[in-house]
Amino acid sequence: MSDQTVSIAITGAGGAGVMTAAQMLLDAAASAGLYGLMARSSGPQIRGGEVAAFLRLGARPIECVDDRFDVMVALDWLNVERFAAEIVLDAESLVLCDQDAGEPPPRITATGACLTALPLQETVKSLEGGRLNMVGLGVLAGLTGLPEEIVGEVAAKALKKRGPAVLDAGLAGIRAGIGLVEGMAGSCRLAAGTSTAARWNFSGNEAAGLGAVRGGVRFVAAYPITPATEILEWLAPNLEKVGGVLVQAEDELASINMIIGSSFGGTPSLTATSGPGLALMMESIGLAVSSETPIVVVNVMRGGPSTGIPTKSEQSDLNIALYGLHGDAPHVVTAAHSIADCQFTTQWSVHLAEQLQVPVIVLTDQSLGQSRAVLDRPADLAFISRRETAAASVTDYRRYALTASGVSAMAIPGTPGGEYVADGLEHAISGRPSSAAEDHAAQLDKRARKLELFDYGQHWANIEGDGPLCVLTWGSCAGPAREACARAKAIGIATRLIVLRLLAPAQEKQFAAAIDGVDRLLIVEQSHSKQFYRYLRAYYDLPGNVRLFSRPGPLPIRPGEVLEHMKAWS
Amino acid sequence: MTALPDKTALTAASFKSDYRPVWCPGCGHYSVLSSLTKALAELGLQREEVAVVSGIGCSSRIPAYTSVYGFHSVHGRALPVATGLKVSRPDLTVIVTGGDGDGYSIGGNHFLHACRRNVDLTYVVMDNQVYGMTKGQASPTTPADWDKSKLTPRGTGVSPFHPLAVALAAGANFIARCYAGDPNGTARVITEAVRHPGFSMVQVLSQCVTYQPGQKEWKTTVRKADVTTTSDVELAARWLMADDGLSTGILYLGNRPVYRPELRASASLEDLETAFRV
Repeated sequence: MSDQTVSIAITGAGGAGVMTAAQMLLDAAASAGLYGLMARSSGPQIRGGEVAAFLRLGARPIECVDDRFDVMVALDWLNVERFAAEIVLDAESLVLCDQDAGEPPPRITATGACLTALPLQETVKSLEGGRLNMVGLGVLAGLTGLPEEIVGEVAAKALKKRGPAVLDAGLAGIRAGIGLVEGMAGSCRLAAGTSTAARWNFSGNEAAGLGAVRGGVRFVAAYPITPATEILEWLAPNLEKVGGVLVQAEDELASINMIIGSSFGGTPSLTATSGPGLALMMESIGLAVSSETPIVVVNVMRGGPSTGIPTKSEQSDLNIALYGLHGDAPHVVTAAHSIADCQFTTQWSVHLAEQLQVPVIVLTDQSLGQSRAVLDRPADLAFISRRETAAASVTDYRRYALTASGVSAMAIPGTPGGEYVADGLEHAISGRPSSAAEDHAAQLDKRARKLELFDYGQHWANIEGDGPLCVLTWGSCAGPAREACARAKAIGIATRLIVLRLLAPAQEKQFAAAIDGVDRLLIVEQSHSKQFYRYLRAYYDLPGNVRLFSRPGPLPIRPGEVLEHMKAWS
Repeated sequence: MTALPDKTALTAASFKSDYRPVWCPGCGHYSVLSSLTKALAELGLQREEVAVVSGIGCSSRIPAYTSVYGFHSVHGRALPVATGLKVSRPDLTVIVTGGDGDGYSIGGNHFLHACRRNVDLTYVVMDNQVYGMTKGQASPTTPADWDKSKLTPRGTGVSPFHPLAVALAAGANFIARCYAGDPNGTARVITEAVRHPGFSMVQVLSQCVTYQPGQKEWKTTVRKADVTTTSDVELAARWLMADDGLSTGILYLGNRPVYRPELRASASLEDLETAFRV
């Protein structure tokens, strides 16, 4: 399978149809048996701002952006400054723009990219109902070699409901665009797609929603927040289809408490939010710990602190997820490391929450949540929620009885004999409030022990390779780290990659086994205050030779950057 | 809800637990607890079908003094907990209990939206115009010139608001005021409130003997309202704003649609995947 990928940037004013064209290009690649990853960047305006779409297409699954772009199609030059730092161009890059759009910005020409001006607007005007984005789509189809029929089919499907005139204009635009680049350099040609595997086209946010439902979630209460809202938009109709419900709450305080109430009633429940919302939820996540009520909180991280950079990715909510609860409040924190893993980790987290009667915070981020990928259909998983409940007509029921595993049976309302009062107050085994020293000690031990004794199996981390130079990371940094390791292997550097999926509770024994034989440890993360590094230092014994590559958002970590760090150490 | 023929009808006493309340002798909440258990017996419910949800405060201690399911949650958040429970378990009878501080101050936002959402809940607010558990601070229903709190030694200077008028404006479907000095009357109103669909708001004037000893005068100042129950929002609004807050009775009966999602599956998990397939 060819390793070659093509990275494409499309920019234009909002309303020019950049996203539509990009979506169609991704769909066409999928139809052609290829894989792809698409991200977007936009201005803060709801309407009319500038938009950039970033695609990476190839014949193998793609999990991260590349170090540079092969081609940039600029439908216009409005506000392209905003994206300049993200659109990495060099002397080998092609930049195609409109000959009538004025001079390209100096920042673009300074890269040394090969600039070609095309008669884009002129072509648009020559077509009945012509649109700039469809000509741009044709240009990219021509450059990448994606067959016109496939691109046409995708466009037909998308434009069908706009009527035959719009459809015909769209197809004409694509054909004209292909014509504009006929005979141009083939550096952006994609190797033919050969995938016959069942493939999906979805985003990390949609994947998280599916993971929740597959895990058994049937109640969601949530408040919209960038970049998590799409999880809720997917869940609202889909939960209903399987007999569940999504309630739009008045704020995050209501969201977290509604899911606690619903879970108390026996229904696996979940909410999704981002940093500012997670901060609001902290008090009641502690209530879920104390009352031992299973819940899942998906936190799609964005630039922080405070309002931060809502539309960009960062890994700076690790601290609050791990340490944000007041008191000694052990809970579970997991993290997804790819778009597909958003589904796996969310589903696994529902299972953990139900099994351990504890809140689980699932960390994903904007770059996973809001990017779309064409990838192999994720495997079905065996985890579904398995809450230990009290039998009907139980006698002498003690909700918080001290058991060997630390997990005590939960009586679901409706069960005769199981009546108890769940409480945030410290309690005796019956659930009655207690300030006695022995009750506090017993319950603190119980709540900690149930997490420590549980066997999390193989899923606590992904470990790939057994080389002495190890890259240790989490979340969306896994993609670039994995690609860097592949490139390193190709030049003879033996690597090992460890991606943590379970952050709390720490897995000391497993970690020690995973780094056995490692003599150089490169930690990679996307935060300013080295949150991941400090967490590792706090909970794990690290080998003597440790280096750290950390940078806050908003720019993505690129595989080439990780590789440079690895090469400097070989 | 009618009791099944093969289940024994329970008495009010069966709905009480053996846990001794922490309240001061003479506290109005003893009477409200009795009224609540009387109402549950009158409704013919079984213990396992009922859940009492509370926040934090003296009156929020009530769940543990009953023998039904309960959730003693955190300050101000009883209504969302109860909402999540009732929406996902419509088969249960869910009652929310709490005080004026828990319900109207920190809980104020949830109060507005619970009235609006109109889930089938009964909210019993034991209003004693003070924060008792934290030893005597002003609440949103305390008179502006009350100067007995160390936090506001010259009085709050802030007027109390009209919770029932706010409940009406926010969409509550049943609005009543009771007095803890009339336990049978309060029991009857709670019974009606549970029976009435949608969000039922019951404010109980429940005296705090320790921090508001002057409330013993309620024995003489509280009276039965001189109006009949109305379903006319405008009429109810005008009357509520004009009343001095000491008239008892069922003041408003609404007929807004109840928020009760269906919870019925119409597709399989596999069907959800179709949109993703290439």
